[in-house]
Order: sequence, then C-alpha cells, then structure tokens
Amino acid sequence: MTVNMTKGQAISLQKNDGGTLTAVRMGLGWQAAPRRGLFGSRTREIDLDASAVLFADKQPVDVVFFRHLVSDDGSVRHTGDNLVGGVGQGGDDEAILVDLQRIPVHIDQIIFTVNSFTGQTFQEVQNAFCRLVDETNGQELARYTLAGGGQYTAQIMAKVHRAGPGWQMTALGTPANGRTFQDLMPAILPHL
Amino acid sequence: MTAELVRGQNHPLSQARLEVRVSAGRPIVAGATLSDEQGRVRGVEWVAHPGAPTLPGLEVSKQAAADHRLAFDLDALPGTVHRVSVLLALPTGVGGPVRFGAVAAPFVAVTGLDGSEVASYTITGLDTESAVVALELYRRQGVWKVRAVGQGYAGGLAELLTDQGLSEARQLAGSINEAVAQGLARSVSAPPPRSADTDRSRQAAASAPGPDQPYAGPQGAPGTVPPQSPYDAPGPQGATVPQSGYPGGPAQPDPSTVTQPSAPTGGPVNYSHPGRQAAAPPPPPPTAPPAAPGQPAQPVAGDATGWSMEERLYNQVWGMFEDLARTTAAYRSAVDFADSRLEQELDKVLSDPRSRIGGQGDAAREAAQAKRAGLVDQARAALDRDLAQLAAEAEVVEPALPAAYASWDNPVWHRYRVPMEIPMALRLGDLRLPESENLGIPMLVRLPLERGLWIDSGRAGLDDTLADSDELRRLAMDTAVAHAARLLAAYPAGEFTVHVIDPAGSGASCLAPLVRSGVLDAPPAAGAAGVGEVLARLTQRVDLVQMAVRGGVADSLPPDLDTAEQLLIVNDFPHGFDDRAVTQLRYLADEGPAVGVHLMMVADREDAAAYGPLLDPLWRSLLRLTPVPDDHLADPWVGHAWTYEPALVPPGSQVLQQVLSQVAAARRSWNR
Repeated sequence: MTVNMTKGQAISLQKNDGGTLTAVRMGLGWQAAPRRGLFGSRTREIDLDASAVLFADKQPVDVVFFRHLVSDDGSVRHTGDNLVGGVGQGGDDEAILVDLQRIPVHIDQIIFTVNSFTGQTFQEVQNAFCRLVDETNGQELARYTLAGGGQYTAQIMAKVHRAGPGWQMTALGTPANGRTFQDLMPAILPHL
Repeated sequence: MTAELVRGQNHPLSQARLEVRVSAGRPIVAGATLSDEQGRVRGVEWVAHPGAPTLPGLEVSKQAAADHRLAFDLDALPGTVHRVSVLLALPTGVGGPVRFGAVAAPFVAVTGLDGSEVASYTITGLDTESAVVALELYRRQGVWKVRAVGQGYAGGLAELLTDQGLSEARQLAGSINEAVAQGLARSVSAPPPRSADTDRSRQAAASAPGPDQPYAGPQGAPGTVPPQSPYDAPGPQGATVPQSGYPGGPAQPDPSTVTQPSAPTGGPVNYSHPGRQAAAPPPPPPTAPPAAPGQPAQPVAGDATGWSMEERLYNQVWGMFEDLARTTAAYRSAVDFADSRLEQELDKVLSDPRSRIGGQGDAAREAAQAKRAGLVDQARAALDRDLAQLAAEAEVVEPALPAAYASWDNPVWHRYRVPMEIPMALRLGDLRLPESENLGIPMLVRLPLERGLWIDSGRAGLDDTLADSDELRRLAMDTAVAHAARLLAAYPAGEFTVHVIDPAGSGASCLAPLVRSGVLDAPPAAGAAGVGEVLARLTQRVDLVQMAVRGGVADSLPPDLDTAEQLLIVNDFPHGFDDRAVTQLRYLADEGPAVGVHLMMVADREDAAAYGPLLDPLWRSLLRLTPVPDDHLADPWVGHAWTYEPALVPPGSQVLQQVLSQVAAARRSWNR
C-alpha cells in the first residue's frame, strides 16, 4: 500500500512481514516539456536532478548526484542523469538505489533532494513526482507529488536515518531554491 | 441501459441468450461452473474451461486471452442447474503475474447478442488472489438474474473449485492450468506448417465434436474451428481472438484472416546468420548454489556476465577489485570520522573549565576514546566480513584462471600450450591495500596493450633499506623479462615479436632466458649503432603501417613486413641514445600503440634528468610498474593508493624456461 506522505511524517522502513528493508530506491519522474517552434527544436527542456547526501553525525561525508554516481563505499548508486524527463506516465526518470545493508557504520542519515537544474519552478513542471520504493519487490512505500508546487526550484524530499537496528524514513518535503545539492546545504542542515 | 453493478448487487436478465464479455488488459483464463439448487458443482462435467470449452448452453474460450466473450443460452442449460458462476484466473506457470493485485482490475459485462450492455461490473480490491468468481447468473422463481460477486481466492482455481463443492477440484485445476499453459506455449512458438486446404477441410468438419467431446485439436489454431455452439444460428465466434469480429459481424470468419502465418517450408525459421556463430548465446554462467539462511552465498568462479568463461572471469576479477576498493572506502571513511569526532570531543573537554575539577576531564576523555574505539570496531567488523567473503571468492577464482590471468605459481602454467587466439587481458601483478595484506587482486590489463610499460629501476619513493641501486636494476630487468615472457606466451605463434635494446649489455644475465630459448629474432642490440638500427626499423614500420591504414590500402604493405605486434624492450635508457634516437623513441611511444608497436622501458628517470622536462610526456604516457612492491597505482572508483606487486616467477622455478621453449618451438614451426 502506498503512503501519500505528508510533511514531517515518519514511517519506519519495516516490511509488513516484520523483516527490515534491505534496499530502497528513490525514484523521480516528470514529464518532458512540450515541443515548440517549427521543428520542435526550440524546446525549453526540464532537467530535474535527484541527489542523496550521506551524513555522519551532521557532517556531510559523501554525496551521490549526477557527477558522482556511486558513493565511494558503493552503497548508494544513481542510475544516471536524465536531462529531459519522460512521458509523464509514472515511470522513474532518475533513480537512486540505496543498499541499506551496505551503508558504512558511521553514516546515520541520508537526505534525498530534488532540484531543477534548468531553473523551472515546480509550478511549471508537469506530472512530477518523487517516490520511495522497496527495491526488493517493487512496492511503493511513499510518494510525493511535486507538480503544481509553489515558486521554488528544489525540494528536500526525505531523510532515511538509523533507528535502532533498522532504518526509518521521514518525509520532509521542504521547499528550497537551488540548482544543485550544494545550494541546498543550508536548507538541509536544520533537518539533521 | 447499463446497470453498473457494485459487489453483491443483482440485476434481472430479460434475455436467455447472452454474452459475458471480459476485459483484463492481459491474458487471463475464463471459465464457468454450473451448480445445482444446493449450490454444489456436481462434477467435472459441470465446469466449462479452456480444456473443455463447451457445455450445453454455454461456451468459454479455449485459451487465455486479454478479452473474452463467453456465450450463454440460459434456456439450453439442464433444468437441474440453478446457478452459473463466471470465473477468472491468472495463468500459472507461464511467468506472468501471479496475483490480481498486480494487474488492472478486470471488467466484466453481460451483453445481448447485439452487443448492448445489460449490466457491467469492475472487479476492484483484489490483491493476492489469483482466481476470482466474477459474476453469477442464477435462477430465482423462474427468472434469471445476474449478481456481481467478486469473490477472490488466493489459492487459485483449486481453492475456488473446492469452495464450490467440487471433490476433484485440485485435479481439475491442474488440468485447466495445463491446457492454458499449452495454449500459451503454442501462441508464442511458430505455428506448424499448414495449407489453406487443411483449414477448409477442418472448417467443414466443425460440427464433428459433440458437446461432451471437448475439441482439443493438437494444432489448436484458435478461432478457426468453432466447436458446437449454443446458438442455433451461427453467431460471433472469435471468443479467443480478442480483436476479431464485430458483434454483428460476419458469422463465419474468413479463414484467410484468422489463419496464423505459417512458414513456407517445414519447421521453424532459423533467423541466425550462418556465418556469425559468435553471436550464439553464451553458455549460462555457473551460478552459486543457494545460500544457507544468514550466510553469504558460496562463491563460484566465473560468477559474472560475459560471453565466455574468460570474459566472465575478467569481469569477476574487476568486480572483486571494485568491491574491495569500496568496502575499504567505507572502512576508511568511518575511521576518519571516528578520529575527527574524537578530536572535537577532546577539544571540548579541554576547553571546558569543569573538566579541570577532579576526574571529570579524564572520564570525558575516556568516554570519547571509547566512543571512537566502538565505531572503529564496528567498521572493522563490517570490513572483515566483506574481506572474508572476497577471500573466499579469490580462493575459488584463482585456481580457475587461465594462464594469462594466473600468477606464475599457478599449476595452469605447467599445462601451458601456445594459444590459438590472444586472451582478453594479461596479469601484470597483484594489487593490495594495507587493510587487507593477504588479499591480492590480480591486476589485469587489456590486450593488445593500450599504453607502453615503464619498469622503474629508480630508487625514487623507495626507502633506502630495500635494495641497493644495482640490485634494483637487476630486479627491474627480471620483472621486464617476466612480463615480456607473459606477453609472448599470450599471443599465438608468430603474432608477437620482441626486440631488445641493451646498449651496454648490462641486462645480459637477466635477458638470458629470452635469448637462450630462441624467442628473439635477433640478439639484444648493443651500442649506439645497434640502438639506431632497431629504432630506425621500428620507426619505419610505424610510418608504413600508418600510411597504409590512413590510405585504406592495408593489404599493399611490403611482403617482408612483420605483421606481428612488436614489443621493444629498452634497458638503461638513455645510455647509447643520441638526440635523434630519443626523438625516434618518443615517436614510437606516441604513435606505436595504435599500430601494434609497444614500448617497455626499463629505466630510472633520474638517469635521463639531463633532458629536463622534455621527456615528461614520455614518462607520463607509460604505465609505471615497479620491480618491488610499491603503492603508486590508483583504482578508478575511489582512488585508493594500491600496492602493486609484480608477477614474478617463484625462485627456483623452471616454469619460465618451459613456457619460453614452447613459444620458441611454435615460432620455429610457424616460420617454416
């Protein structure tokens, strides 16, 4: 069952059968801009980027984004940059895979962010969503609708953090502005 | 007017001849059961399913389909039948979804013969169920009604049929699934050859199977042979071909439109290119046996992707390399963090005035230390777990490696035979990290070489105790000879030629294995004249081949040109080199690799210091290797400094001589 998460809501990443999650995927999807001009070449493409920042006790340790697709320890992997979006039918256009079992012991939080590299605000982007999926069975754990949002170009989506022996996810959904995750760092810090 | 039913709702039926249309978006099985006044299915003959699609008064599809049209003539049903249940099920054992929750909600509609909808129902809310009773048509006080049921069964058809009181439910469910699987299997494989004549003759014999003899033609072309239908007049038949036939369309489908395309001659068409055998699918890689719960899977050699065992092992070794780099990165990152946190906490203790009173400061310091130790221990445990797994993998991979990937002490070298084709890669040594001294990752470089090699005989970066200068030069030359022997052994006979420049003869003793075995075409070139002659010959070769390749006339090279790959070993550079020779050498280093001329420099960079920065590009273009373990190589993922250890022949071993004598013998017979 999908949880349409609301801001600040926390869900524990425990499976229904009591086992803990081992791998999650943060998927980001949006609809490409409609073609313009005589030959459809004058498009103003929309490039949204998904990033994940790994923190150890509030210190950023590693980041996974379109220029560093795999965290050094190999536990967090970005499937690659998508510069234009998809058909808007709900498929993930960018995804970040997190192998929760392989995350180094000192990493206690991972923050997921989405930002608009080409500068469109979420008001202009159609069919944009962000979701968290249990990678082992494809089940959707949480979903956010970004489209129709306000005048901002980035969102701090969620954090996955250690809770006891397992992991927990908290939906953040904080709007922010910035072109890459670096611009978002000041907005991220209060959520740690 | 259509009644859109919700679960449990019923609706009267004014007609006796009806269709139930099903639309599910993907192939599902449709069937129907008859039950008596007590709601019991009296036997298997009261179930209409793909294996037995017709019963008096009703007909269902013979195979799974995304859309179904089930025909009913309620008046033709036996008088003992009081209820007809329409059931849907997902095909089993064909690799499709196994639960209705994974497919679109099925839609069912009861329509008249003209297609007008009487009632419809969308079966929502299904999850793990794989079979469902969609509707029931039931007799109440002489009037037929339809009810939306939507009762699902996670146990599939067997559970559904059991629930309807059928004693042979399990066997019947099995035979239904088998009939469906056969139908589906047929629908993807090439149809058997059939002429239009046989189609027609079978069309004519369509009335042959009686109502109790379910049609089960071995060739089962769906839609071509209508079994006896409950209609008196022929109605739309194409129940199993979803797109065929309009409600009031042609009564008898045109054979040409429903005949499946058939191969002109017997047997399925072979689409593979007769001359492209390499495109055959690779044999399946060995898969690891299932792991015991809580244990990592047992490693297996070749457990990676690739078209051949060689490629799989290559990929597996690189996979191990990456895994070791990453797990070590995780460990180092954790230790760094623990150290910096400790430092911060100690600073805090120091700046806190309270800590100067009594033992409070000491206690805080101890707590901080313990916190660091705890985290480092945790990180080390994670690293050790991964290292154990990688070590176990290395233990099975190493013995399975082919000669080119194997270390010299691997028994595979004693079985060495001159190969028929070059391997993908060559092992030049082992790579290790300080955290895992015992785990050496084979350093494999692709063949043909993309860069020249530089065996560094200098002392730069080494600690003084290791070896004196002459010893180091000798070790460097030994390493060069071992690498050259490996390259010679990796190539088929006559496809790799080695030239040696040893201006002062200082490498003679090390070069002896190459010289004595007869794998060299000419003895090592000595003196300035020798250097000039070899360089001129190779420069000319590079020039010629380049011209031929650029001009597109590679087949018009002079007949005496050696087409083999060339390796030039240069000892004692720049001894014996004049400016012209240095320029030629740089030309070879720049242009040679593209046309199969490779350099192996055995040199101390300090010796060439007089050239200043002029030679920096030359050194940079070469892959630097060392004769003794040295941590100068970086991995492509994290950039750790890896300790390189050259692949050397174990002391006292004769394996090098044995291999070289085989190479020499093969060269001699090839030259003849």
